[in-house]
Amino acid sequence: MLKEGQIRIPSGCAISGIISREGKPINGRDIVESIRVMHDRSNGLGGGFAGYGIYPQYKEHYAFHIFYDTQEAREECERFIDRHFDVINLSKIPTKKIPAITDEPLIWRYFVSPHPTKLADSQLDESEFVARCVFRVNTEIEGAYIFSSGKNMGVFKAVGFPEDVGEFYRLDEYEGYSWTAHGRYPTNTPGWWGGAHPFALLNYSIVHNGEISSYDANRRYMEMFGYRCSLQTDTEVITYIIDYLSRKKGLSLEETANVIAAPFWSTIEKKPEEEKLRLTYLRNKFASLLITGPFSIIVGFEKGLMMLNDRLKLRSAVIGEKDDRVYMASEESAIRAIEPELDKIWAPKGGNPVIVTVNE
Amino acid sequence: MINYLYPDYEIVRDPSKCIACRVCERQCANEAHSFDEEAGCMVADSSRCVNCHRCVSLCPTRALKIVKSDHTFKQNANWTGDRITEIYKQASTGGVLLSSMGNPNAFPIYFDKILINASQVTNPSIDPLREPMETKTFLGKKTGEIRRDEKGRILPYTEPQIELSVPIMFSAMSYGSISYNAHESLARAAQELGILYNTGEGGLHEDFRQYGANTIVQVASGRFGVYKDYLEAGAAIEIKMGQGAKPGIGGHLPGTKIVGDISKTRMIPEGSDAISPAPHHDIYSIEDLRQLVFSLKEASEYKKPVIVKIAAVHNVAAIASGVARSGADIIAIDGFRGGTGAAPTRIRDNVGIPIELALASVDSRLREEGIRDNVSIVVGGSIRSSADVVKAIALGADAVYIATAALLSLGCHLCRSCQSGKCNWGIATQRPELVKRLNPDIGSQRLVNLVTAWKHEIMEMMGGMGINSIEALKGNRLMLRGIGLNEKELEILGIKHAGE
Repeated sequence: MLKEGQIRIPSGCAISGIISREGKPINGRDIVESIRVMHDRSNGLGGGFAGYGIYPQYKEHYAFHIFYDTQEAREECERFIDRHFDVINLSKIPTKKIPAITDEPLIWRYFVSPHPTKLADSQLDESEFVARCVFRVNTEIEGAYIFSSGKNMGVFKAVGFPEDVGEFYRLDEYEGYSWTAHGRYPTNTPGWWGGAHPFALLNYSIVHNGEISSYDANRRYMEMFGYRCSLQTDTEVITYIIDYLSRKKGLSLEETANVIAAPFWSTIEKKPEEEKLRLTYLRNKFASLLITGPFSIIVGFEKGLMMLNDRLKLRSAVIGEKDDRVYMASEESAIRAIEPELDKIWAPKGGNPVIVTVNE
Repeated sequence: MINYLYPDYEIVRDPSKCIACRVCERQCANEAHSFDEEAGCMVADSSRCVNCHRCVSLCPTRALKIVKSDHTFKQNANWTGDRITEIYKQASTGGVLLSSMGNPNAFPIYFDKILINASQVTNPSIDPLREPMETKTFLGKKTGEIRRDEKGRILPYTEPQIELSVPIMFSAMSYGSISYNAHESLARAAQELGILYNTGEGGLHEDFRQYGANTIVQVASGRFGVYKDYLEAGAAIEIKMGQGAKPGIGGHLPGTKIVGDISKTRMIPEGSDAISPAPHHDIYSIEDLRQLVFSLKEASEYKKPVIVKIAAVHNVAAIASGVARSGADIIAIDGFRGGTGAAPTRIRDNVGIPIELALASVDSRLREEGIRDNVSIVVGGSIRSSADVVKAIALGADAVYIATAALLSLGCHLCRSCQSGKCNWGIATQRPELVKRLNPDIGSQRLVNLVTAWKHEIMEMMGGMGINSIEALKGNRLMLRGIGLNEKELEILGIKHAGE
């Protein structure tokens, strides 16, 4: 049977997210309890979490989380890292052996900074240098896979139900200002940990529920700009699109949402002239980055979360608020599970991004 | 001299139905029918028949039909009847064989070996009758950095674009090769549909200036009818480098057809042959093309996108890569099945490659080089149905050109005798009594009907795939599967085989 990346595997899913607008610490336990309620939306073939603000002691450094199939892969990858980065700290990621999670690869964590001379020689900005190194490891070093590469954030994922994955990674020992979670229901058996979600590049992480019909149009467009879609999943390509539009093209998240979940022409037609021109410009310029088909996503970024639905709202998504906290999830139950008394709860409209940031 | 040829087709008349009304006689410009005064009945000379069905369609009693002759040479898999007949023709005339319309031979039709996907379970199909289904598209460059004003607002500046309500345009056919009424039908239909038609290399008749916003004006190697006002009259300018039906070959409209308005519109004297050279004599290489592109842009003040039309030939991907770097906004690629008013038979039937393969390799190549945004891709030759449109767009086209399909909707029966100038349907002729048979009111309505019907079908197919906007279909090759194709063909098309 073909593995993830060799074949495209559609999947249904559950997603959840929490953020504190005041930047207060949220224990990883909360997000695990939230995603646990939506057990039936996953099938045990993938679960994962992203936490932001979890490495305050190393917040200036890139945190690489890496899966290795073999010791040889680790040695080769570490040689690559040593050539390109200064390593501040490295260790195995602490885990807890539980019966529900088996066949784990070697899971390592490195806090690194780009090697100054290597970086200068590359004539790239720092983030592009790091992104290219991540692509190189993931496509060229057999058995090594960097699945988290941001600063002061980290992704934790595995094959299993998400609540078990949370226990396996001992998430109750982490605290951050925001968290996202994912439970996966793939319609095939990947059996590979790298295929679980969130999917992340630099500080962006995505959890996604849906199956986009525009996949190959989006993928083939993104590959023009050096992004290599080696996993063939929707989440991977959405992550690259957001990275490309935000980091490389300088679009705001609202503008990015106007591209990937662009308003219908009939809606644009009714807007005031200036807005009409702006929306037409974005939609035409990035026509190949329109995403069609059902999706609900939560994008994690530095100091914020964005929830976005496809423009027809073909996937469920609700938002709840209580004091400084904002909750986002596929189902209301996942919010009520951790905060029964909400100030406010609503379902965002299709194509309308909900962006929540930490107050500075 | 012995005539070695026996007609390919025979006119069959049912005497019990024929009322000798002589409609067939009056309708046939080839004079195949006549009334035998002595016998008091209609007779036919099948050798004059081109099988255009004009008489069949107008016979009030359905007394007529045209059948393929069962007259045959001795069976020979190598020396077929066609090959033998062509030898007889050339032995009697010493001339180059001429043909019209697209290559009719049994080469593979890749569109017919490609199947389209639909949603099941994991994502929903979308009902175009209940939900928005968008077919609007823009053609032109999508390059250029995002610019903002001092308040950080985006300045929505784009290079000149063509807006289409549906990604279909009427391909180039010159006034001269087709009639005034055919041109009027195309222009009016394009305006009503929110798409564009193309003047071809015949200039733009004064009467059709009013359709400028829906007109592509063509600049070809003969430069007929090209001057400043002409370049400014349309929505886009097309440089014709080649044509799918006759790559590497120019054109020749005989002096007998250069009469009246045609002479005026082409800006050449009456009765002079209009000869389009095989190459543009100011373009012997890619750097010369760039100069013409920018000459035209200068002349039209950078307000119009420039299309470069090339024939699909063996190294089309490399040529397209060069064109994409020439400043052109749009590349039009014409496949070897594309039609023509007249071409040497050997060229039409043996030169060029299928549009499906050309499109796939060009789209892939431009992406590999990271320059796909430099140009839009338009393909033609031959797009026969809405399914072909969907497949072409999923392979990577931005829009398609149709011409043969448009002429069929005007009444063309593909008799492939355009070069005779005696088109009984009033399309490929300049004889006033024939031209008036094509009523532009009806012709434009039939064109509108055709494209509208295709649009409905495109929307149904998109909805089935769960795609509600045409831009998400563009280059979405995962929506296609090959059937009965070999590994190499699949590799070039960039698609998987059915079942994979």
